[in-house]
Amino acid sequence: MRATVINIEDAVVSYREDIALQGVSLEVKSGEFVGIIGPNGAGKTTLLTIVNGLGKLLSGRVWVLGNYLTPSNSHSLRKKVGYVPQVENIDPRMPMNVREVVMIGRYGLLGLFRKPGKHDWEIVDEMLKLVGMTHLAQRPIGHLSGGEQQRVAIARCLAQEPELFLLDEPTASLDWKAQTEILELVKRIHDSRRLTTLFVTHDLNSLPVACDRMVLMKEGLIWSEGSPHELLTDDNLSRLYDMPISAVEKRRKDTISV
Amino acid sequence: MDLSIFGYQFMQNAILSAFLGGIACATIGVFVVLMHMPFIGVCMSHAAFAGALLGLWLGFNPLVGAFTFSLLSAAIIGPLADRGELSPETSLGVIFSLMLGLAFLFMGLMPGTKSGALELLWGSILTNTRSDIIFLGIVTVIVVGLVFIFYKEIQATIFHRDMALSVGLPATLILYGVLFLTGATITASLRSIGGLLIFSLILNPAAAAYQLTYSMKRMFLLSAGFGVLSGWTGLLISYLFNIPSGATIVVTSSVIFMIAAIFSPKRKVKGWQKKPLSEE
Repeated sequence: MRATVINIEDAVVSYREDIALQGVSLEVKSGEFVGIIGPNGAGKTTLLTIVNGLGKLLSGRVWVLGNYLTPSNSHSLRKKVGYVPQVENIDPRMPMNVREVVMIGRYGLLGLFRKPGKHDWEIVDEMLKLVGMTHLAQRPIGHLSGGEQQRVAIARCLAQEPELFLLDEPTASLDWKAQTEILELVKRIHDSRRLTTLFVTHDLNSLPVACDRMVLMKEGLIWSEGSPHELLTDDNLSRLYDMPISAVEKRRKDTISV
Repeated sequence: MDLSIFGYQFMQNAILSAFLGGIACATIGVFVVLMHMPFIGVCMSHAAFAGALLGLWLGFNPLVGAFTFSLLSAAIIGPLADRGELSPETSLGVIFSLMLGLAFLFMGLMPGTKSGALELLWGSILTNTRSDIIFLGIVTVIVVGLVFIFYKEIQATIFHRDMALSVGLPATLILYGVLFLTGATITASLRSIGGLLIFSLILNPAAAAYQLTYSMKRMFLLSAGFGVLSGWTGLLISYLFNIPSGATIVVTSSVIFMIAAIFSPKRKVKGWQKKPLSEE
């Protein structure tokens, strides 16, 4: 039987007046690939941030990799949790190249006062190869396209040698081809490295292929969870996104026919 | 040209101050430019000026007042910007105007001659004493030393603070450390460059270096070089034309920035992005 690596118990998170999570519980087993979907503001990103200790709980508790997260241990536990945040615009003039950005993933493991050595650079180069970015290793990071920057973010996350892999809409604002490629890449890495993955996305078409389990979130609550094929019906999506079924059907058809 | 002036102690002190101040300010400037917080620096330098004037008015060491006020402003600005309770521009605008108002209030309340206050406003590098240089030297060594020791943590925090936090780096501590060093550098350079001008010497050399390189290490080095060049060239121009040195140092740093911006290879960044790899 697979061990539990994440156990969120009745988590409540609030940003001033807004309640982002209102009593969420979720258990994730080792090696699972869990897809999380839901409308904007459903609490998906917040759910990821309470797992890596960046989000602050108002109440409830979170068990991650054998420990309950506390302010004192979240710093060290975070080193084992790889996190790919949402795509953000990177300053095109930022004086860092791709290889240096991937190396950031090693910094937490290295600890203070230690500089990256040959072994660390080898890992960085291996991860760049894994995500197909070796040819752009010396390119300034701000010169890459959105899809390329996401590949770099994934390489940086893997350079950390994480046990948990958290991805927050890594395919948002990418074209259809890049979306498919990124998801395939993540799935391949998940399988080959036996990671436990939480994947937040809006990409409903390719997700069922990759996920073991889906979590549907709405208004700070887990609205439903189960197998992708059971959950991703037009009726469920219509209710989740408050859209008429005809609009959901049309949107899914349009996306598939692109 | 009569170079005998360089044999005088006060001129040697000025040259050394320009060297140390140039390095410290320009190093801090790299953080200010890359972390997109120029207004925080402006705010802190005006707070330092207000604090120094309070010291002059109440009769305690102006540098103690300057350091306390600049750190106080950082302590208010940092969390406000961090928590996003106000847009950073709004909170900084409020504190900036408050500090400027306090500075002129203290100046108005000060009895007698205002020459000491005006020196802090415009700076007077030629009157720097040995103790001023020692203080500036200590701050410069601390700033450069900390950048050297914590380079990787600083680099990650500059690139993306949340990302640095997510890999387990103390990015919030680094941010507040940078604000602390900014306060110390502004305080140590206040007498040389002046409260109104100091920020230009922080921002301009780093902004110039930013135009010229895609390597962060090189940016730190270029920025420090431009800082020293601004200081020494400004000092020479000030001597030759008998005009205030703080102003000439700042104008020189602005000219260096303009030249760097004109010849910046990054001006072609958009075209470069579109270019296929084989053409690079």
